Amino acid sequence: MTKLLEWLSILSAFFAVWYSLVGGYVKHKLIEENMKLIMISPIIFIILFGLYAVTVVLYRVLTFNDCKEAAEELQKEIIMAKKDLHDKGLRW
Amino acid sequence: MAATVSDSEITKSDKYSILLPTYNERENLPIIIWLIIKYLDNSGHDYEVIVIDDGSPDGTLEVAKQLQKIYGSDKIVLRPREKKLGLGTAYIHGIKHATGNFIIIMDADLSHHPKFIPNFIELQKKHDLDVVSGTRYKDGGGVYGWDFKRKLISRGANFITQLLLRPGASDLTGSFRLYKKDILQKLIDSCVSKGYVFQMEMIIRARQLEYTIGEVPITFVDRVYGVSKLGGSEIIQFAKALLYLFATT
Repeated sequence: MTKLLEWLSILSAFFAVWYSLVGGYVKHKLIEENMKLIMISPIIFIILFGLYAVTVVLYRVLTFNDCKEAAEELQKEIIMAKKDLHDKGLRW
Repeated sequence: MAATVSDSEITKSDKYSILLPTYNERENLPIIIWLIIKYLDNSGHDYEVIVIDDGSPDGTLEVAKQLQKIYGSDKIVLRPREKKLGLGTAYIHGIKHATGNFIIIMDADLSHHPKFIPNFIELQKKHDLDVVSGTRYKDGGGVYGWDFKRKLISRGANFITQLLLRPGASDLTGSFRLYKKDILQKLIDSCVSKGYVFQMEMIIRARQLEYTIGEVPITFVDRVYGVSKLGGSEIIQFAKALLYLFATT
């Protein structure tokens, strides 16, 4: 099964549950009392997921390891390499 | 016991062919080769460097020839091509001439440091992995020389990719990897993308074909010489490849 089909099957399962509640196919006092909430629950879910995504991405951007030492080490090695290669007769 | 003996013989005969596709890397090539030699001689593994120059107008090939004289034609192998062709075909070209049973691919622009190669080799040996991929996104890994915007695009793209494709590897667009030779050949044969998204497809196909993938944290120092590119067209390419893989794998 492709990832697209996986997503579609899970989304349609959720949609089926939601639609059966909203469409009144399942009757229960609790459902009727919370109908407004159930109606907008997909939107709430999307907003919450969006917030989660933004938080995670921003956190990862801010904690992205700036490997300054690696850059400094490389600069030193470049100097050593140039000297050594020059001694070995490389001209470029 | 016989198995143990042949295992150690296999280990002894392991050879690593490092493929360096180059295009206008005259400045960087001597340094990357110097670093590879320094760290691999030190680790004691058998290796060769295969330089695949795509007809660079800046004379990369001339410099490569000088390097071959210094280090010997058993260590430095030159397999130039007439003109700039795709990355995938550069790898195929390199594999054809590789005498190792493992292939290491890396960029020649000094963003990938050869000091990590022994880590790749050790991890591969420990778990007999099919693919070992360098990662900038895991503990100890990182980048140097990226501004906020670049980091945001990178992290954002990575988040969406992980969500949609669940690839089983944290760094999909990186190109510092070790492959078993026959597996790299099979992966290239099954890939359709061109350009830098090719790297992403390789790892997704590896997951699809149920190859084992390991990861080594690497530091990525953005181009010392030359200009690093990430423009709108790269982002569109990436989005297209993502959707393609999402719908087909």
